[in-house]
Amino acid sequence: MKNIDSATHTRGESVYLDDIPLLNGTLFGCAYPSGIANGIIRELDLSAALALSGVIKIFTSKDVTGENQIGGIIPDEPLLADGHVHFCGMPIAFVVATTPEIARAAIKKITAVIDPLPVITDPREAQRRGELIVPSRTFKMGDTATAWAGCTYIFEGSADTNGQEHLYIETQGAYAIPQENNAVKIYSSTQGPTAVQRAVCKVLGVPMHQVEVDVTRLGGGFGGKEDQANMWAALCGLAAYVLKKPVHYSLDRMEDMAMTGKRHPYSSDFKIGLNKDLAIVAYEATLYQNAGAAADLSPAVLERSLFHSTNSYFIPHTKVTAYSCRTNLPPNTAFRGFGGPQGMFVIEAAIAMAAESLGVPAAVIQKANLHQTGDELPYGQKAASEATACWQKAEQLYEAEKIKKEITDFNASNLMYKKGMAFMPVCFGISFTKTPMNQARALVHVYSDGSISISTGAVEMGQGVNTKMLQVAAHVFAVDPAKIRLQTTNTGRIANTSPSAASATADLNGKAVHLACTAILQRLKAVAAAEYKVKADDVEIRNGEVFAAGNSTGWDWNKLVMAAFLKRVSLSDHAHYATPVINFDLTKEKGHPFAYHVYGTAIVVAKVDCLRGIYEIESVKVVHDVGASMNPAVDRGQIEGGIVQGIGWMTMEELVYDAAGVLRSNALSTYKIPDIYSVPGEIAIHFLDTDKDNLAILRSKAVGEPPLMYGIGAYFALRDAVRKFNPAATIPFSAPMTPEKLLAALYNPSKKEGAPASSSKEKSVYG
Amino acid sequence: MIQFILNNETVSTNAPPGTLLIDFIRYQSRLTGTKIGCREGDCGACTVLAGTVQNGALQYSSLTSCLTPLGNIDQQHIVTVEGLNPATGLTPVQQAMADESATQCGFCTPGFVVSMTGFCLSTKPASYEAAVAAVDGNICRCTGYKSIERSLKTVVAVMQQKPADKKLFDFLTANEIIPAYFKNMEQRLTQLASATNGSAKDLVVSTWLGGGTDLYVQQHEKMVHSDINFLLNNGSLKGIRQEGRQCIIGASATVTELMESGVFQAAVPGFNNFAKLVSSTPIRNIATLAGNFSNASPIGDLTVLFLALDAVLQLRSGDNTRQVNLRDFFLAYKKTAATKEEFIEKILFDIPARQYFINFEKVSKRRNLDIATVNTAIKIEMENDVIKSATLSAGGVAPVPFFLQNAAVLLKGKRMGESLVEEVINAARNEVRPISDARGTADYKRQLLGQLIKAHFIVLFPALDVKQLLRIA
Repeated sequence: MKNIDSATHTRGESVYLDDIPLLNGTLFGCAYPSGIANGIIRELDLSAALALSGVIKIFTSKDVTGENQIGGIIPDEPLLADGHVHFCGMPIAFVVATTPEIARAAIKKITAVIDPLPVITDPREAQRRGELIVPSRTFKMGDTATAWAGCTYIFEGSADTNGQEHLYIETQGAYAIPQENNAVKIYSSTQGPTAVQRAVCKVLGVPMHQVEVDVTRLGGGFGGKEDQANMWAALCGLAAYVLKKPVHYSLDRMEDMAMTGKRHPYSSDFKIGLNKDLAIVAYEATLYQNAGAAADLSPAVLERSLFHSTNSYFIPHTKVTAYSCRTNLPPNTAFRGFGGPQGMFVIEAAIAMAAESLGVPAAVIQKANLHQTGDELPYGQKAASEATACWQKAEQLYEAEKIKKEITDFNASNLMYKKGMAFMPVCFGISFTKTPMNQARALVHVYSDGSISISTGAVEMGQGVNTKMLQVAAHVFAVDPAKIRLQTTNTGRIANTSPSAASATADLNGKAVHLACTAILQRLKAVAAAEYKVKADDVEIRNGEVFAAGNSTGWDWNKLVMAAFLKRVSLSDHAHYATPVINFDLTKEKGHPFAYHVYGTAIVVAKVDCLRGIYEIESVKVVHDVGASMNPAVDRGQIEGGIVQGIGWMTMEELVYDAAGVLRSNALSTYKIPDIYSVPGEIAIHFLDTDKDNLAILRSKAVGEPPLMYGIGAYFALRDAVRKFNPAATIPFSAPMTPEKLLAALYNPSKKEGAPASSSKEKSVYG
Repeated sequence: MIQFILNNETVSTNAPPGTLLIDFIRYQSRLTGTKIGCREGDCGACTVLAGTVQNGALQYSSLTSCLTPLGNIDQQHIVTVEGLNPATGLTPVQQAMADESATQCGFCTPGFVVSMTGFCLSTKPASYEAAVAAVDGNICRCTGYKSIERSLKTVVAVMQQKPADKKLFDFLTANEIIPAYFKNMEQRLTQLASATNGSAKDLVVSTWLGGGTDLYVQQHEKMVHSDINFLLNNGSLKGIRQEGRQCIIGASATVTELMESGVFQAAVPGFNNFAKLVSSTPIRNIATLAGNFSNASPIGDLTVLFLALDAVLQLRSGDNTRQVNLRDFFLAYKKTAATKEEFIEKILFDIPARQYFINFEKVSKRRNLDIATVNTAIKIEMENDVIKSATLSAGGVAPVPFFLQNAAVLLKGKRMGESLVEEVINAARNEVRPISDARGTADYKRQLLGQLIKAHFIVLFPALDVKQLLRIA
């Protein structure tokens, strides 16, 4: 089934936040951000802004009716700065005016005197100064301390990954409308309607039943609207609550880029030990996460970096410590992969370093160390592995040896251009790592005319979750999908939702839909059973027709529904689903946190122009473990999109903050995401269909995040190509591989006399 | 008053002519299919089609409505996605996107639909490359473009059936690629033009505006209420012609017009390949040559190319004109030799009589639709294997687009050789003054300039020893 929004999307009729028709009297907000990354506010002069005709009110922290606090995991993030600013872009005031133009003009008239304090942008510096968001965490298995002695080869180094701007094409925003009895309705572009509801209620100082949050869809989220939509909703909610007028704020792109957090940059140290057969015996790493100025979701992101720090490999002795470091950047947040990619990059860098030093292809080490079913992962869960199955299928299907030979031949006959390749295996755990979040509800109404309405906690943001919800209902009821409509995601209909995140949205909400539909179906079957004097179990609906004990009854779906209604049988159900099995003991850092894992292997080929220092990613060929895909079109789209987003992170997408903590890559002209010319010429995808049972909805495994990590292969393929030109290149493990870094790698230091040694801390110890 | 046809409605508005088309479409006409993604022409979510009658034929091109003031679309036919929608169902373009799952979150989708339909409306051959080029200004963050490529292939297959020019609109309406109301659009636009009573606006000092692709990025709020003199569609500033050995270009020539000009392509061989690295299709459709010069960005692609062509600008103020060499036009960062009253009227450069070569190189973080980290152009005139004259320029290496005087002097009178390349590179690196910014560090830009100069010579002189040149650091 195609995405159920395809028609309205292509006709331009799908409604996003800024498309909602405005009520008469709607006012427009705009946030006034700090231009200083760390400092004390001495003066805030609003007078010139207030004097502008059309400015209604300017809110500061003093105007907050409840708590001036929007922190989700930790209450450390004020809605509006109160005396102290902690990052450049932190909202200090919120202007409300009669038009967006006046609101923005007023922003320019506000002046603040801020005494600057020292600015930290480097997570290692923050850690040295004890600026931690939460205490560090360590995942351990075996005993690395004694294991090093048994290693033939030991390598140590460091690896850095930069952040990533979400660049959802629809910017953040909210529209708050006051209701009677001091209630507020909020339209929000959020992945977490309940998170928005909580934040707004806290700021307003009202109970949750006073605030209704409604989401039709998002123009992209990618994690950026999981927690970070709260700010705009709370500002609009506060203004609407106080002024008793609807208040709208749709951020400009530069406002959005400057004020919102991004994927966390990480800086890490690693030590890897292998035996003479290239089995990885021990692995240690220390990860420094650049959390930004407030917790946001950083502790949870940090946790996932730990979970994925050994990617698809079995390493008997591991010890990985992670620090969430407070810096003066905007609070970094969820982004597809949620810390997993950052953790995986480090182990891949360690393997690459070992391979380069030993003169063997990295793939040899990677393949030899893939974990197998039954292997224990560093956090205690036993793997149900498809790692080797994916790898071997990729090798065979895509003729890896042939690719390798073609590259060798190409490199032998080309001076200016060199090609490289990399394998990228991925193992990604599915579930919120915070076990209590793995619950969902669905509300299904069958109307007396036979039409069906479904509400869930899932937010549609392009990932096709509503399509999958509809498929589940159509599957259970066995009716024409045209009878079913997905409603907006609304906190009044579905309460206490988990955000649409962690790739788990379709699983959690789909299971709830399945339960609700099944409950209604059972009641309907009972009605038919009574009518046709058979057992309920002998009633079946096929293509909208009712069968009793295998015989056609002449009743169709609509008749059955009407009969049930007349017999006063409930045609509605609200079902609750909680993922079974999963658990995690934080005191031991052990447990079974994931419902299952998704596996895959990508083969990435890159071509470098060694003269200009530019490159292209030629192909990405993937075998991906989908379980049994319930919607191959949607899943393929998620895989292709994830790969390209991952390649962007590893290549052209470069966040640039200066030493003062000011974002320099603050627009689409300075922050580049992939365009149609820059994507790989070929992305081949093969579904590894398996018949094994799993906890996914209809056995169709989650697909949102895992493919992003195939993009990591682009970095290592580029590295491989560079080394074909400059075999002695000392290349710091630093992503993204921008053209600047690539040119440096091609020519420094070996191609240049007297150049200093690389500044990285790489050293190798042959033991 | 500005009059234009918005989809099937004739619109008259007293909104300030500097008002952005996107705001008019979304917030006055409430046609919300056209989306705002960046307001700087970098995402294409706001793409619309503009139809004009040129040389007696109705023609459409795509443009970014976020950078286009109403004054630049006066008397044109503006088409948004709503103006393409059939009463029910989908157009073949929309259907192709739906069938190939080329829409995920859907926010960029109307822009793609409009750009693809622009491809269908083109009278040029319906190649797959042309279809990709039509959407090269549209950014999608969800799909990874592969499904969009698949839908393009479907659309190309349909369009390869298209008949010769005159019947194109019949074909498009018969296949419901565009609605039937397009059929009499040529007539409606012609009527609109004759009905408009011209505006006798005083040509007092005002803001001169070409395509708006820079001014509206940098000062969009100020522009809305500025007293603007719109030059983009000023007929007296159009046209590209050759007189004797001179190429003369009207200041409002767009990049697309340069690409489509036989005269210009003959004068600057390879230009169309260079131009692919210049912004995107919808921007090239409105960005003017004089705008690129006036903006005085130190990394203007066309500026750097025309510096190497050693172009001359003719400036006009009222009845007075004067000529300035482009290499003398840039005084300091974003400061030019033009007075407030002057605008660029035409651009002239000599087409060498002897054998000559031109090359343009550009490196940016993203190959296409990006601003250069460093760009450079070269023109070399040869006689009997001796370089008779050379002009070399670079962008991104100084506060102004830079004419590499010393490097060029070195080349004159020499025979090409590897050591000469090294000398030129060293000279060039010594005369530039790059700064570190979001596009790269100063050291990198200096190194890159050397590599790109090397590239000029490797491209233009295949006999050079590439292996030896690559070793030069």
